[in-house]
Parts: sequence; C-alpha cells; structure tokens
Amino acid sequence: MLEAIVFWISAVVAVAAGVTVFRTDSMARATYALAASFVAVGLMLLTFALDYLGVIVILMMVMEMAIMALFMIMLMGMNPALMPMSMVHGKRSAAVIAGLVFVGLAAAALLVPWPGAVEAPVADTTRSLGEAVMGSKMLVMLTVSPVLFATIVGALVLGHPRNRYQRYGADLAADHPDDPIDGGVGR
Amino acid sequence: MTLSLVLVVAAALFSVGLWGALSQQVVVMVMMGIELMINAVVLAGGAFWWFTSPTPDGQVLLLVVIAAMTVEMAMGFAVALLLHRRRGTDMTDMAAELNR
Amino acid sequence: MPDITQAAPVWAALVPLGLLALASAGAVVAGVSATRMRGGAVLAGVISPFTETSRLLRQRRRVPVAADRVLWHVAIGGIPVVAVLMVVVVPIGPVVLADSPVGIVWFNAMDVLLWALWWLAGWGPNSAHPLIAGHRFLGLALAYELPLMFALTAPAVAAGSLRVADVAAAQHGLWFAVWMPVAFAVYLLSTLAFSSWGPFAVAAHADLAGGVLAETSGVDRWLMLAGRHLVLAAGALMAVPLFLGGGAGPLLGPVVWTVLKALAVLMFLELAAGRLPLIRPERFAELGWVVLLPVTVLQVLVAAVVALGGA
Repeated sequence: MLEAIVFWISAVVAVAAGVTVFRTDSMARATYALAASFVAVGLMLLTFALDYLGVIVILMMVMEMAIMALFMIMLMGMNPALMPMSMVHGKRSAAVIAGLVFVGLAAAALLVPWPGAVEAPVADTTRSLGEAVMGSKMLVMLTVSPVLFATIVGALVLGHPRNRYQRYGADLAADHPDDPIDGGVGR
Repeated sequence: MTLSLVLVVAAALFSVGLWGALSQQVVVMVMMGIELMINAVVLAGGAFWWFTSPTPDGQVLLLVVIAAMTVEMAMGFAVALLLHRRRGTDMTDMAAELNR
Repeated sequence: MPDITQAAPVWAALVPLGLLALASAGAVVAGVSATRMRGGAVLAGVISPFTETSRLLRQRRRVPVAADRVLWHVAIGGIPVVAVLMVVVVPIGPVVLADSPVGIVWFNAMDVLLWALWWLAGWGPNSAHPLIAGHRFLGLALAYELPLMFALTAPAVAAGSLRVADVAAAQHGLWFAVWMPVAFAVYLLSTLAFSSWGPFAVAAHADLAGGVLAETSGVDRWLMLAGRHLVLAAGALMAVPLFLGGGAGPLLGPVVWTVLKALAVLMFLELAAGRLPLIRPERFAELGWVVLLPVTVLQVLVAAVVALGGA
C-alpha cells in the first residue's frame, strides 16, 4: 500500500517536473526540474524492489544534472534573476507529434494483453544482479567498458581547447606540457 | 499499480521528452528532452522487469541503458562546447550545415 | 547475518536529534580550537556555537536583489536534510532505521546530492562570490568523488555485502581501518570535502568572502553553518560501521561504543580546520585523478584478494 502511494506521488512529480523543464524561466530551474524528474523515477524503481538500480539512478542523475547546470550557465549566460525566455521552433508541430505519440503508446499500454510474471523475484536482487554481471553477462560488461573509455577519450579530445602540439611544441619534444594552470602533481 | 498504468506513466514521460526535443532550439535543451525519453525507457524497463520476468537479465539491460544515457550526455556536451567555440552559437538551427 | 532489527518509524524523530547532539559536540570542539588559536579562553570557545546560534536566530534576514529564492532555500534547507538521510542506514546498537540491502550505495547517493546543494547555494543569492565558490566546489567534487566511490567499495568487497550491518559485522578481530588505510584516509578526506571543511573548504572559505556563506544571514546562515557540522557528524558516524568495527568493543555495549568512536573521528575532523592551508581545486584535480584514483583501485584489489583468499 505504501509502495503504491509512493509510486503515484513520484509519477505525478516526474511528469510535472518534466513539463517544468521546458516551461520555466531560468536555466538552473530547468536543470534541477529535470533532476527532480530523475529522482522521482529512481524512487519508482525502488518501489519495484530494484534497490541497486534505483539508488544508482538517483546518484548518477543528480551528479549529471549538477554538471549539466554548469554547461547551461556557460553556454547560455543566464544569471539567477528570472527572465522570460522562449527559444522554440515549430511549437505546434512538436506538440501535435508528441500528443499523437502519447495517445499511441498509452493505447498500446492499456490494450495489449501483457503476459503475467514468469517466476517469482529472487529475494536479494542486488546479489543476483552482481552474480549475473560477473558471471553469465560478463561479455556485456566487457563491451560496455571500452565504450565508456572511448567516451572519456572522445569527450576530452572534442572538448579540450588546446591540442597536443600547442602543449608540447611543434615536434612534441617538450619536457613539461605548456599549460596555463599547472596541476598539483608537478608533472 | 499494474503494468499498464506504469506504462502509461512512462508513455507520458516519453511524450514530454519528445515534445521538448522537437521544439527546443538550444542544443542542451534538446539533450534534456532526449534524457527524459531515456528516463521513460528506464522506467518502462523496470516495470516490465517487475511485472513479467524478474530475472537478473533485465537488470543488466537497464544498466546498459543507463550507461548509454551517460555516453549520450558526455558526447553531447563535448559537441555543444565545440559548437560554441567554433561558431559562437548554441542553437541547433545554426548547426544545420556540415560545412560553413 | 547479524541480527539487526529495523526500528519502528516512531524512532525516526530521535535520529535528527541525536545527529544534532553529535554535531553540537563537534561544533564545540571547533569553537574551542578557533578561540584558542586566536588566544582566547577555552570557556569562550565552548559556548561560542551557542552564542552564535542565539545571535543568528535573532538576526534579521537579508536577501539580495533578484535572488532565486526557491533554489536558494532548497540548498540551505537541503544540507541538514541530506545529513539526516545519510545516517538512516547506520546501525546504532541492535537497531537501524532503514535496513537497506544497498546501504553503502545509499550513503554515496546522499553525498552526491551535496554536489547539487552546494552549487545551488552558490547560484541562489545572485552574487559573484557565492557563484564562484559553488563552481569551485564542483571542480573539487569531480576530483574526490571517484576515489570516494572506490574507498566505499573496498569495505563492501571485503565484507561481501553492500549492507552496512554486514560490513560492521565482518570486522570481527581486525578493523578495516587497520588493513585498508588508504580507503580510510580517502574517506576522511572526502568527508572534509563534501562538508566543505578544513583544507577542502572551497565552497565556504574566508579567501572568497566566505563563499556561499557570503550573502546568508539570520536563520539561513545558521542552517548553513549547522549543516556543515551535521554533514561532518554524519560522515564520522558512517565511518564507524564502515571502517572502525561498528559497535564492537568490551564492556560498554554497542550503542556507547558507536557514539564514542564517532566522537573520536569527529574530533579529528573538526580540528582539521584552521590548521591546514586551503587546497586549490585545480591543483587537487590532478592529484585526485593521477594519484588517488589508482591507489584506491589498488586498495580494492587488495581487499578483493584478501576476501577471496580468506573466505
């Protein structure tokens, strides 16, 4: 019973916060409305006994929203004072398409005869997830990890303002990189 | 709290995300819309896991979807930064041409 | 599996009060330390948190022009709330308020909420110094967070469980702080960092006019100052089951031992302020990623080898 109450409150918060993201006047409020929507989805996952995944969603999404807020401020240059802003294109067609998609998906959700549960859930879902990840699904993790590493390298290469020739000289022969702020290790 | 009702909530989140992704002009706001859509997919995945087959395989799929969301955010921010540096803009309309 | 019972929700009111008492003890220690360094009397330092409290609660509140009040108050009120949420998974004696099977990950999620809250505390007042302080905090957080995550993983790997009571019970004989010193040191360093205290006080340090504290006044300022001590106390209390053996100890019983160990860690943390220089985030970034992260990963490897070999 408690789970159903938590679920429905979180559902309302998630959808309302999602709409707020695109209707509010301040970039920081948009970002943290999205964070609230993510936390609500994490709480909904917790009501499904997905303990580890629910807490991980809350953790990672709040972290990402904190960083996203930095990028929003940096690229859009807003200040904390609220100012009306509306940067949209094709409002009507977007609303129509989204409405049609919602009607279609909701109809499918309500009308399709979904199958019942195949088996009862294991008592300790986290332990079974850990054993699956390290055992039968090890290949999945082995594939995800170079993808994440490639993301780190790709994001740094795309985002860094100075390339290695600017840092090490024309023939990459300098001893120390020529950075404006030197790090703490003394390299 | 049946599977159909949870899927309706997920459909609502997905539609809100789709509306935002289609109507916003700023790259980071489009990314927020895509985040909401992936959020809806995670919720729907969790619902399918709980109501139809609570085996560990479904949880691994959700982990992979969360990893995909992280990858999308990282590369999206890197591209938005690069766009701002090279063209001084953050609107998707100004980035419509590959060569300029 | 130790028998830890989940406490009835009526005890939920005791947890904030208990944490406040622990944080007050920490604030007294910090007050004495600050007063002694200025050459004042010990008694003045002991009562300084309480005189400051009564002064701030009577002070008139001032809000800057066009401040984002909603986000600012979320940040100011959120820091004490996060401190309480951090300790709901800590077992006090034989009871715990929320016996979560993923207690360590829950603690990690709560300390990540502080990323958002410190930045919002900087964004809210619509003022330059708090904004810069909030950004500096995020720069520091990016450096300490991954080593903290691995430092929290090491006790979980050694105990074979993410549940806090299991980690406390797996330390019979030898505390994790003794044979996992790197993880313990990184945990203490990160506690200082996410409560913005001591050498990692970049969000609220005097070198930037008090950082996020610059525009706060009255009850907002009190909530923020108390929030720092509450988060420090929460981190100290969590260190007890994770690294210091939980409530184990002769004669005095688990509740008393938990409180004594938490007080010892808290005293050590509170005395870090004013004695060590502020570490700049841009210099700490390289230190965190190039030195701390490999060392903590090796620590997890050591814990895994010991757990596999011994068990």
